[in-house]
Amino acid sequence: MKQGKQSWLFNNGVYIKGTATVSGPKERAGPLGQTFDYSYDDLYCEGKTWEQAEQNLLDQSIKICIEKSKIREDAIDLIISGDLLNQTVSSNYTARNYGNPFLGVFGACSTSMQTLAIGSSLVDSGNCDYVMASTSSHYSSAERQFRYPTEYGGQKPNTSTSTVTGAGSALISQERSSIQVEGATIGKVIDFGADDPLDLGSAMAPAAADTIVQHFTDFNSSPEDYDLILTGDLSSVGTPIVKKLAYQAGYDIENVHRDCGLMVYHSNQNTFAGGSGCAVSAVVTYGQIVQKLRSGELNKVLVVATGALLSPTIVQQKETIPCIAHGVVLKRVSES
Amino acid sequence: MIMDFFWAFVVGGSICVIGQLLLDIFKLTPAHVMSSFVVAGAVLDGFGLYDKLIEFAGAGATVPITSFGHSLLHGAMVQAEEHGFLGIAVGIFQLTSAGIASAILFGFLVAIIFKPKG
Amino acid sequence: MITKDNYKQSIKSYQPKPKYFINCLKAFLVGGFICLIGQGLTVFYMEMFGFSTKEAGNPTITTLIFIAAILTGFGVYDKIGQFAGAGSAVPVTGFANSITSAALEHRTEGIVLGVSSNMFKLAGSVIVFGTVAAYVVGMIRYTIQTLF
Repeated sequence: MKQGKQSWLFNNGVYIKGTATVSGPKERAGPLGQTFDYSYDDLYCEGKTWEQAEQNLLDQSIKICIEKSKIREDAIDLIISGDLLNQTVSSNYTARNYGNPFLGVFGACSTSMQTLAIGSSLVDSGNCDYVMASTSSHYSSAERQFRYPTEYGGQKPNTSTSTVTGAGSALISQERSSIQVEGATIGKVIDFGADDPLDLGSAMAPAAADTIVQHFTDFNSSPEDYDLILTGDLSSVGTPIVKKLAYQAGYDIENVHRDCGLMVYHSNQNTFAGGSGCAVSAVVTYGQIVQKLRSGELNKVLVVATGALLSPTIVQQKETIPCIAHGVVLKRVSES
Repeated sequence: MIMDFFWAFVVGGSICVIGQLLLDIFKLTPAHVMSSFVVAGAVLDGFGLYDKLIEFAGAGATVPITSFGHSLLHGAMVQAEEHGFLGIAVGIFQLTSAGIASAILFGFLVAIIFKPKG
Repeated sequence: MITKDNYKQSIKSYQPKPKYFINCLKAFLVGGFICLIGQGLTVFYMEMFGFSTKEAGNPTITTLIFIAAILTGFGVYDKIGQFAGAGSAVPVTGFANSITSAALEHRTEGIVLGVSSNMFKLAGSVIVFGTVAAYVVGMIRYTIQTLF
């Protein structure tokens, strides 16, 4: 059901039946390491190339999610997934392992909430009974596509972020569980003229603020209504900016805001301004956040995944960086 | 001899500091910095200044990428003396041949033997 | 008030500044050290093989390129590069690293289309700019020499 200008309210009751998170070794060594379902010991993730590694991460997350959700693989009506690589090959090549209908989407680092929102809408409308919403990213495959060869000695500035090696999946259905997907706000493409691909946090902050503010407007809510407003990878640079922009629009999110990119690594793990990538919001949301919702530590969470919609070619053509943010509300409910 | 080493260290280090300032203050990429340095080396050699720097600082001037620009021009001028304008093209890669050829060869071999660690 | 029109200006205060002094110090020390090794190699080649100062230049450069390629292969050079910045990029070792790292990275696409075609992804600009500059400066200088 349409809600306000940019949002969807899932009236018919959409719930998360199960989730799974898979990570690389660096994330395992971070503060959330124990919340992941599975972690690989090295960056190759039992593959021969970085691209295969990313597919293994995504495949593992889907497999574990199916196991945890206690459904048959062929019961899944749709796998909807995306990643950072050109033509979303990680998702395409992983989906070929499954006989289920597939939709590949690109939202850069906002893919986790983009797939969760679209999947929930399809379940809410009755077009699908079970939807698997997934996403993945890998430090090296992103590095070699967007930036430099992985062994290159170029010096990264302290505004840059480190792509999270990981994958997250969620199984969505109308079967009641303790985690309800209440609604979603679909973002607009926002470009405030930021042009530094090594500082995406400040590029994405306006998009995050725009979606957050629009969400409050559409649902007639305010920051106090949520235990947590989580952004994806604004990093240490974008976090103060999004708070300022929201404040300017009349909403003080200081007390409830956190950023996934700042939660995934310790400060001594050499990750500059924080973690980024499609996986960062997925491994945090489908791991720790879902666990805290189940246990009752959190009751209502707005997750706003943020993406920078650039390509290396277009930035070299002196273009600026347009960004987008999609928000999904997860609510704790009783199981019956 | 000790002084040779001292000046190699100081001059080489100083050229790198200029590069670092270009990276930090002007936010150029390493490729931009290396390209401007190689052009600078050619220009300085055009004024006959780079040879003096090499005499003074030894490896402090031959090791930075600026010396690559110097060698490109130097080789070109040597051939130009003999063969005129056409000599420029003949001479450009003469002095830099060892550097480029070995970089290609070792790069190729390492790529065949090793695997990136990420 | 941050707006779309003043965004780039407004966010400057939120962007952490590079540690200018420390970065320059690290670049100075590492860059100087690499040149020191170069000087040592030059002296070594002159003493052991009887090269003149000029002749010793080539084996010196070749040895440094070899060391940089090996360090790149072992996955060490990128860590040096992050620490030293221009200190490892400006010496010829940086040039070797840019060639080796690109070749190494694209091994998965095969030797012809991967390693060989991508080798100059990062170093190409150095060779192109150097060649063009040498041409232009060479032309100008030769013209001046001939006319005067």
